Amino acid sequence: MTLSIQQQIVVSGVGGQGVLFATRLLAEAAMIKELPVFTSETHGMAQRGGTVVSHLKVGDFSSPLIRRGRADGLLALKPENVAGGHGAYLKPGGWTVVNLDRPYHHELAGPVHEVDADGLAAIHGDSRAMNLILLGFASARIGDDFFCSPDDLRAALEKRLGRKGTMLTDALAALAAGIAAAE
Amino acid sequence: MREKTLETELMLGNAAMARGLLENGCRMATAYPGTPSSEILSSIAALKNAEGLDMHVQWAVNEKVAFEIAYAGAMSGLRTAVAMKQVGLNVASDPLMSAAYMGVKGGFVVISADDPGPHSSQTEQDSRLMAMTAKIPVLDPASPSQALEMTGLAYEMSEAFRTPVMLRPTTRICHSRQNVALGAIPAEKGAVAFDKDPTRWAATPRFRFRLHGELEDKLAAIAAHGPTSPMLLNPAADAADRKMAVVVSGVAAAHASELLRNMGLWKELPLYQVRQPFPLHKAFVARMLDRYEAILVIEETVGVIEMQMADRCKVRGKLTGHVDRVGELLPERIGEILDEFAGRPSPSIPPLSTAGRRPTLCAGCPHRASFFAIKKAAPKGIYTSDIGCYTLGLNLDAVDTVLCMGAAISQAAGFYHVHKALEKRPDIVATMGDSTFFHAGVPALIDAVVQNVRFVLVILDNRTTAMTGNQPTPASGFGASGEPLVSLDIETLVRGCGVVFCETADPYHIDAFIALLKQAVVHSRGDGGGPAVVIARHPCLIDRHHKGPAHESARVAITDDCDGCGFCIKHFECPALYLGETEEQVRVDRALCSECGVCISVCPKGSIVIAATANGKEVR
Repeated sequence: MTLSIQQQIVVSGVGGQGVLFATRLLAEAAMIKELPVFTSETHGMAQRGGTVVSHLKVGDFSSPLIRRGRADGLLALKPENVAGGHGAYLKPGGWTVVNLDRPYHHELAGPVHEVDADGLAAIHGDSRAMNLILLGFASARIGDDFFCSPDDLRAALEKRLGRKGTMLTDALAALAAGIAAAE
Repeated sequence: MREKTLETELMLGNAAMARGLLENGCRMATAYPGTPSSEILSSIAALKNAEGLDMHVQWAVNEKVAFEIAYAGAMSGLRTAVAMKQVGLNVASDPLMSAAYMGVKGGFVVISADDPGPHSSQTEQDSRLMAMTAKIPVLDPASPSQALEMTGLAYEMSEAFRTPVMLRPTTRICHSRQNVALGAIPAEKGAVAFDKDPTRWAATPRFRFRLHGELEDKLAAIAAHGPTSPMLLNPAADAADRKMAVVVSGVAAAHASELLRNMGLWKELPLYQVRQPFPLHKAFVARMLDRYEAILVIEETVGVIEMQMADRCKVRGKLTGHVDRVGELLPERIGEILDEFAGRPSPSIPPLSTAGRRPTLCAGCPHRASFFAIKKAAPKGIYTSDIGCYTLGLNLDAVDTVLCMGAAISQAAGFYHVHKALEKRPDIVATMGDSTFFHAGVPALIDAVVQNVRFVLVILDNRTTAMTGNQPTPASGFGASGEPLVSLDIETLVRGCGVVFCETADPYHIDAFIALLKQAVVHSRGDGGGPAVVIARHPCLIDRHHKGPAHESARVAITDDCDGCGFCIKHFECPALYLGETEEQVRVDRALCSECGVCISVCPKGSIVIAATANGKEVR
């Protein structure tokens, strides 16, 4: 990974799922790698269960927003946001990671990776860990087209939750469940 | 004056502005919350606590009060700031207009956050036009880090010209995160010295005329102020034979910079960023009109810069129809506008086809219970409502009107007065949150009492300002920095307004609450006795400040008797209850359910029961 990295990633879901948290964690992972970061978030009424979307740009950018047809990847916490919705942000061949318990029909040209993050979160014992499971999965599955490796995510979690022992242990366990699902 | 440290931090635009204010010596800050501005004051409060600063930080009861408090601080020589959203500036416009005449002593920054889109607002109004009306300078940042820098420019200008200065971010500045270079926060407090000068601070109309003249002189000087003058962002494009140029401000400058690079026009099309849209620098206007044959102006949301570049033959923008007058200028759209200006075809962009999911009240939200009860008690009523989470009562068909802060009561009065002579007048039920009631509801209630308006006011008292992130209300008993404050009792306030029928109840006890509302409706149907006020008190479920015990857990189950009629889905609309398209019975989403148990009384067939009492029945 070098400073020349330029990646644009859309994180989408509905209010309450932890889209903001996932975006912020990725941004912090980029900061640890000393990469410039720009994110744009949805606040306000949409956070009450409405559709929310975050834009994450890593590298040298001046605009906080990703143009449609330009994103390198899409992290979809709800499958309903992919087809015909936030999938429009993807560039030709851009990857998608979607939280889904079964294969589904889509018309995306790029690779689509499905993970039952809700199901894994239920096994993990905390439904709110879904976002971390999805991030862990993406970090282990995508490779160079995703700036963030499993180690980068661990480092970001340690920096964020450093002093809260059980919270960090739980978060790392959720991440590990996602990573394992990608292998 | 700001010293750079070596550190950088990933910072929300609102936090960057908070940081900038404090790095530049702000020693008093006030605000009323409103998306997208809310995190400015909470970030100041957090920094105050972290740095142990001696300063006054507060949430005020409304924007007008917030403005006046911070303004008096600036009159006393301190650097102060007030923050609000654009519609909040409407509320504070009265002191704004007058403060512009009187000027300041210490630096005074007014942050008014605009919301093109709109994403979370009633209007797309442009605060820069308000600055123009008030005749104060306004700065328009293109990024969180530039917003931070502009706090310093604003204070310097405010003190140099003795004027309030507006900083106008938009949603995309407030709610973007960027790594921002940190400066040091000075520890010393400025000297407080209020110098009496009645011809300024209490000026009568004769002196106001003089102050207005001074204000015009200030504006002329500010229009030549070097540090805030427009910048050419791509000097490489500035060849002598260029005939066209683009002028941008705010986040449109950030979008256009990136677009021109991607389009291969960075070295072809000169791009000027206006940092101070009003007053626009006179020399800049003259130079641009002299030098270029076609100038495209891209700004949000009104053509403030464009209208100050008075040459309709050369200047293109919103007034000429080249740039949209409605909605947010997303980078996709700016790309099309730039392509058209450059005379190139636009590439096709994939459409964003889904409307997305509509927001809804949280599972277990006490407002949902209140709305359900209102519809039971006054099924054919006129329901006036207001600004807050409870606007989402729309989903339950329990909200007919939403105008602006506090209007639910005055509109209820208006509806009463037009219907009162009719043989059959409708029941009128107004809903208003606790914070909104304090903000603008109290004068309207006094008016309703005096005019004997027959209606029911339900104050949805969830003990917090929920929609904007759970800021305290005057009833909370603590302030922005967590400091203990006086807690105001809403019922005492309501009775103090002259209301005779005032009852408080918990909407979670839904049957009793419906009975109480029916009583209130009966009261409102009579000829006398004034408005009926019901305070629906139950704390917001997502308020992290609420320390009391959570509600008693009522874990519900659906019995096999459920025939999937969908009554609960349609009329209660709780996200924790769902009925799949192929399923015949309602199910409970355990991950969402807060176990409030209100839905037990909602099901007309009695098919929602307490799980523990469902012995012998097969429950889901």
